[in-house]
Parts: sequence; C-alpha cells; structure tokens
Amino acid sequence: MKRFAGWIGAMMLGVAATAAAQTGPVPIVGLVELSGPGAVSGTNFNDGVRMAVQEINASGGILGRKIDYTFNDTQSNPGVAKALAQKAVDQNAYVVMGPVFSGSIFVSMDVTRKAEITNFTGGEAANITQQGNPYIFRTSFTQSNAMPRVARYMKNALKLKTVDMIWVNNDFGKGGHDEFIKAINAEGIKLGADVSTDQGQVDFSGAVLKVKQSGSDGVFVYVNEEEAARTLRELAKQGYNKPRVGETTLTGQKVIELAGPAANGAIAHVGLSPDAPIPAVRAFAEKFQKEFKYKPDHNGIKGYTAMYVVKAMTEKIGKFDSKALAAALHGAKILVKDHPGVLMDVAFDKNGDIDRESFMSKVENGKQVVFETLPPLHPF
Amino acid sequence: MVDLIQLIVSGTATGAIYALAALGFTLLWQASGTINFAQGEFVMLPAFTMLICTTHGAPLWLAFLVACLVSAVLLGIGFKRIVVDPLIRHGVIPLVIATLGLSIGLKQFVKASYATEAQPFPSVFPAGQFAFFGTHVSYSDVGTLLIAGLIVIGLQLFLKRTVTGRAMQACAQNMDAAKVLGINVKTMVLYVFIINAVLAVVASLLISPTYLAKFDMGDAIGQKAFFAAIIGGFNQTSGALLGGVLIGVLENVIGFYVSPAYKEGVALVLFMVVILFRPEGLLGKAEERKV
Repeated sequence: MKRFAGWIGAMMLGVAATAAAQTGPVPIVGLVELSGPGAVSGTNFNDGVRMAVQEINASGGILGRKIDYTFNDTQSNPGVAKALAQKAVDQNAYVVMGPVFSGSIFVSMDVTRKAEITNFTGGEAANITQQGNPYIFRTSFTQSNAMPRVARYMKNALKLKTVDMIWVNNDFGKGGHDEFIKAINAEGIKLGADVSTDQGQVDFSGAVLKVKQSGSDGVFVYVNEEEAARTLRELAKQGYNKPRVGETTLTGQKVIELAGPAANGAIAHVGLSPDAPIPAVRAFAEKFQKEFKYKPDHNGIKGYTAMYVVKAMTEKIGKFDSKALAAALHGAKILVKDHPGVLMDVAFDKNGDIDRESFMSKVENGKQVVFETLPPLHPF
Repeated sequence: MVDLIQLIVSGTATGAIYALAALGFTLLWQASGTINFAQGEFVMLPAFTMLICTTHGAPLWLAFLVACLVSAVLLGIGFKRIVVDPLIRHGVIPLVIATLGLSIGLKQFVKASYATEAQPFPSVFPAGQFAFFGTHVSYSDVGTLLIAGLIVIGLQLFLKRTVTGRAMQACAQNMDAAKVLGINVKTMVLYVFIINAVLAVVASLLISPTYLAKFDMGDAIGQKAFFAAIIGGFNQTSGALLGGVLIGVLENVIGFYVSPAYKEGVALVLFMVVILFRPEGLLGKAEERKV
C-alpha cells in the first residue's frame, strides 16, 4: 500500500512538473558581447531584447506564458560563445538571441543547429546564412544585400571613380571586404588602397596615411564601432577631407559619441537607425534612452525587433516549438499593422536573410541624420 | 620621405607615452626590486578618475589634479603599503603574481563599476595640424611629444641634479650603503612609488583620447611599456625613453611599409632580439646578483 502511494505521489509530481513546464515561463537565452571589442554592439542588442521582453511580459507574455530571458557574456570570444550556446541548450532555450559578432555566431550556431533551436544573430557576414543552417536568422541585412546599395550611392550621388577601403580583418570584415569589392566592380568603381586592420587596433595613423597617399576619391571604412571612432579621429587628425563612407557602424550613435566632432560629415548606409523617419522607431529609441540612459544604435533595434518577431511567429504557429518556429520563419512576412513591435515591415527568405527598407545617413553636428529611405530589395 | 617623417613624428609621440609608463617599471625596479605587472591598469584607472570628474562638471586640468592625488594615494602609497611591503620579503615571484592579480582585479572593478564599453576622453590639445617639411603634423602629436619629453628630461634632471633625486638613486644602487649615509630609505622608496603613480596619470591623460577610456586599455600599454623598459635597460631610466620611442616608431614604420598585421608584433620581436644579444638592454648595465 505504501509503495502504491509512493507511485501515485511520484506520478502526480511528474504531471505537475510537466504542467509547469508547459505553463511556466519560456526560457529564451541571450549570448551577447558584454565585454571585449564587441561590448558596444552586444550591450545594445541585449538591452533591446530586454526591453521587448519587459513589454511582452507586461502585456501578458506570448500565448499566455511569460518569457524568462537570461543572458551571458561571450566576452567577444568565439570559444566562450560556443560554450555558452551549449549552456543555452542545457537550459532548454526556446530561442537563442545572439551573438552579434559574426566570428562568434559562426562557431556557436553549430550547437544551436544540432539542438534544433531557432537562433537570431546580429552578425552581418554574408556566409552566416549560406551554410544551409535552417535555424539561423538575421536581425539585419546581410553584406551581400547592403554593399550594392553602398556602391550605388558612391557612384550615383558621390560620383566616386576610385575608392580606398579600411577594413577589419575578422569574419565580419572579410565578408564585407569581399562583398564590397564585388559591388564596386559591378558599378565600375576602382579599388585604390586596400588596408586591412586588426580588431581592437588603437593606432590608425599608418592606415590613414596609406589612404591619404593613394589619391582615391574617397574612403570606405568597414570596421567595428570603437575602431570606426578611432579611424574617424585619425582621418580628421591627418586632415583627410574626401568622402568617408561606411556601412551601418560608421554613423552609429556610439561611434559619434566616441569620435566626437571627427564624425561630422561621415556617411553610411544603415539597415536600422534610431533616427529613421518612422514614428514607431523614434518612439522605441526614446523609450530605450529613458530606460537605459543611453541612445540605442542599430543593434538595440535588432534585439528589440527580433524578440517581437519571435512573438509574432509563435502566436502564428500557436505553440512553443522551436523547430516549427524556424520552419514558419522561412518565407515569412511580418507587417507592422499586425505586429507593431517589429517596427518596420520585414520578410525572411529561405536562408534566414532579412529584407526591409533601409536608409542613408550622415553625421551632422554630432547627430545621425537620415536623408534617404531606400526600398526593400523585393517590395512586399 | 614625407611619409617617413610623418610616421616618425607620430611614432615618437606614441613611443613617448610608452616611455612614461616604462619609466615606472624601471623606477620601481631600481628602488624596490618590484616588477609591477599592473602598470597598464595604473594608466587605465586615472582615465576613469578623470572621466568621473569631468562628467561632474570639473574642467580637465582639475580632473587631472584630482587623478594625480587619488593615484598618488591609492596607486602610490596604498600599493606600496598593502601589496609591496608585505610581499617583497618573500622575493620577486610572489610580488609578480600579486601584481598580475591586482591587474585583473582593477580591470574587473572598472568593468563592473563603470562600464564595459569604451568611453570618449577629451584631448588636452586642439584638433588640427600644421605643415612641416611637406608633411602634416598634428598638434596632438607635437603636444604629446613635448609633454612626455619634458617630463622624462625633467625626471632625469631631478634624479641627477637634486639632493632628493641623488638620494633616491643611492637607494637604487645600494640600500645598505644609503642607510649608512643617513638617507631615509623608506621615504625615498615611497617617493618612487608616488612618482610612478603620477607618471601613470600623465600617460593616461595623453593616451586616453586615442586609446579611448576602457577597462582593458591597460593591457596593451602595460605590455608595451614592459617591453620598452627591457629593451632600453631595466636599470636605466633613460633606457625607458629609448625603448618606448623605438617601439612607437618601428610599429608605425613596419605597419605602413610591411603590413599593419605585423605592427603589434614589433615590440615582441625587438624584445626577443635584445634579450638574445644584449640582455641588459640597449642602455642598461650588466648587474651581478648573489644567488
């Protein structure tokens, strides 16, 4: 009789545990760069996710369940990112958010792929989504989508015939470098000085000197935030007065803050911008600043919108099934009128790449100003 | 040729900052047999002290004075009393390990209490440049070079021409003999620690606008300053200047003419060459020690 009662007790506990797992908070895990060279990007991305989670939980969660968002610091180190991805799998994460750095996601996404967990990344290297991983999704443009827009602007608006390139020699930079060269070749622009730099590099005097000596019509700067600020400072220090063009980072808020007046006049194509002429984006940026006491950059928007994409698609599939979520995301179109949290209409293709509107921006008086809105590659 | 001049000027300015931090290594070694592997963090910490002051509205000159005071007390007197004095009697190795630990501790403290991200740091020099033999030299390079150069020369004069300086040198050469001569060795050693802390503040003021204030900014500075001290001669203060400038200039020249990818390895290669062929350093003197 005692044994029977024991069995009943154990079964009831099991049922209660299963019920709790199906009704309790949903674990979503962030793998983010909170220290090291990626700290600016990772912190923004993470805070964006946190803000969205806060809002979603306050409005009743997803399918009636709250989100339990935990995050870990990859230290901008791919090895650490991979170990933390395994930890996320052990935590039964429904979705993994991050890392933001391409070098880290290259390594960590194998772990989430094996565990069949949907993984959003802030990485922009073109080949992240070219490896047939059905669980990886971008939160921003791929380089192969963004670079042609930059090259077109250089040719049509700036009338550049030759351009130098300063790029960071990591996965993000290498991917961008190759895509940029392809894009300018297609537009008939010649590459002048091709200057690679290191991640975390502090002295750009030699790199800038090379650019100055090349005599090209302008320079394309494709490095991470801190290095972008140092490059702009060095360009100003050496009196460089030709167009300085970038993609995403160069006119980012943190770069403007770090580079000071040296950032004025820099131009960049940005997939996302807190200064985009879209009321929902502006409202997000305002709330973010109030919450975290700093102005978000594009990475903040990436994290925020990714979380709302998870909400929209989970509600669509009607269950917390990471495999089904990934399947539903391929080819999905999520519109602001149905899901205001995504801020801008967005579409995912079969590789997990993203398409939406983008912007050309310029730094004026220490502020990013969006001066042109570019349509999506494949209008919705 | 124009390129080379520009590279030399800018490399000398950066090298002079390395020299300031390297001077600290040589001074502490001579005066107390201490190798401080937290020297880079001694440069990083004042940057944040100054930032805190400026964000509370203090002008940069006042922030600098506050940082000098805080560093002299914490990183000079405090470091000596709390870390060096209790450990030095156990030999160099425990102290080296302790300073490595201190380095990690200081980084983590700033990371946890201030920020993990880089922070902008105001420059003491105006933006802009002027023409110089067909090249353009920035005011900040010239200013950095002038300040660092004046401090190094001033320190040399202080050590050689003043009674206190000579007493400090006497302590560095032979503490027992210095005691017999009536020199207050403890006070002299304390002065050295305070001078080291203040030199680190100056290095911080000059280098932070370029490096940006960040919790790990001391890693590269500390490493290069250590190499500079070894290259120049660990027992010669003038050697620190030579070592620092050599590293700064060669980094720039090799980064430009060979590849930026090799730039960061310059100090290490130079260090290895000196250790192999002239272990006492370029200006150092061979020392004999009892074992």
